[in-house]
Amino acid sequence: MLSKRIIPCLDVRAGMLTKGIKFKGNVDIGNPVEMASYYYEEGADEIVFYDITASSERRDIMTDTVKRVAERIFIPFSVGGGIRGVDDMRRVLLAGAEKVSVNSAAVRNPDIISEGASYFGSQCIVLGMDVKKVGSTATIPSGYEVIINGGRTRTGIDALEWAKRGESLGTGEICLNSIDADGTKDGYELELNSLISSNVNIPVIASGGAGTPEHVYEALTVGDADGALIASMTHYGVYSIREIKTYLHEKGIKVRMDW
Amino acid sequence: MIAIIDYRAGNLTSVKRALDFLGEDSVVTSDYSKVIEAERVIFPGVGAAGKAIADLKRQELDKAIYDAFNNEKPILGICLGTQIIMEMSQENDTRCLGLIKGEVRRFPEGLTDANGKRLKVPHMGWNSVKLRRKHPLFEGVGTDSEFYFDHSYYPEPVLDERILGETYHGIWFASVLVSGSLAAMQFHPEKSGSPGLKILANFFRWSGRDCAE
Repeated sequence: MLSKRIIPCLDVRAGMLTKGIKFKGNVDIGNPVEMASYYYEEGADEIVFYDITASSERRDIMTDTVKRVAERIFIPFSVGGGIRGVDDMRRVLLAGAEKVSVNSAAVRNPDIISEGASYFGSQCIVLGMDVKKVGSTATIPSGYEVIINGGRTRTGIDALEWAKRGESLGTGEICLNSIDADGTKDGYELELNSLISSNVNIPVIASGGAGTPEHVYEALTVGDADGALIASMTHYGVYSIREIKTYLHEKGIKVRMDW
Repeated sequence: MIAIIDYRAGNLTSVKRALDFLGEDSVVTSDYSKVIEAERVIFPGVGAAGKAIADLKRQELDKAIYDAFNNEKPILGICLGTQIIMEMSQENDTRCLGLIKGEVRRFPEGLTDANGKRLKVPHMGWNSVKLRRKHPLFEGVGTDSEFYFDHSYYPEPVLDERILGETYHGIWFASVLVSGSLAAMQFHPEKSGSPGLKILANFFRWSGRDCAE
């Protein structure tokens, strides 16, 4: 049986690691290659790199960083931020990433999902979704709206519809980030996560709001998530991955304990 | 020297990087003679079966694999490489290489776990492998080890004895196959942390004989 995945997310800006609160006021806290190696040794099941400036400032992805990471860690990792088409995908995958994550660019041009899937396989393509609770309306029946450009631009697109569309276009996985919960450490948006996860047949990774191992447990049970993204709770050394996994293991969640 | 067969299907660089990390000489090649000269062959691949077989044939690398197999060279198939050594794949209805009798099937719809909870396809993430018997490739690999999988299709060999390891995802499927000097795994050892690297390290020392009897 599959283990639930614990996935540290490294937000990178200008080749340095950052972690922002609600996408504002980022401060550099370290070297992404060192941090990735540390998490690899610590038992992370996967690592997500997100170039948080790329999408809005149209910066190229840090191919060198990806290469250096790939030489040192032997678990899957994905790279997102500023992936605008098949050429960007190819560069990141050749540099050693297992998956690429598309977000704003896929909203502007959904075909890049199907193009990416046909070139590299669905298993390579992650649909990153930043979502905000807006209340149910005629155009947003689920009450959750897709937001792009690093949390700045509303799209008028219903999150549930977009998730289903992403699946039908060939995305292999969804990384679902709640803008409301992001950086709060108050817990994941469980209702949103459960809604999306129960309505698609591809894995859904919960993101945004993790502060304690119990939050992770809730995301994997109530939130029906296949994996959980974590950031602040381990970046600053409050918890280790092993502590989180041990907690989950003792609560009866199947996690990878041997690495 | 290890030849990593390059037929333009997927992430060959990650296999190469894992071998570099382990300090083993390897070359990524689509050259028939280099494959035949190599002591060992790794046959990786991600993507779809139909396109993979077409690319393989266009570059006459199918012949390289047959010849390496017939010469009893140690061969390691990974992920899609494990599927296209079978006779037939349901993916794109593809006739494959046929080194192991049997076909490649898609995970059926509506799989559930023991608690009746719906399971998703692709089978993506970390899962364990239950070995049926000992094999040199798994020497020193703990029985609780997990490996990284990412696939929607799985091999189903005709002969039960070809199955070395099995994995559960709503059904038990063959996740490790062996036939003489050929070993093939559905998971990615190059992306499975230290247990995966251990398998690759064992492959460099493997004589190509099945059992350490």
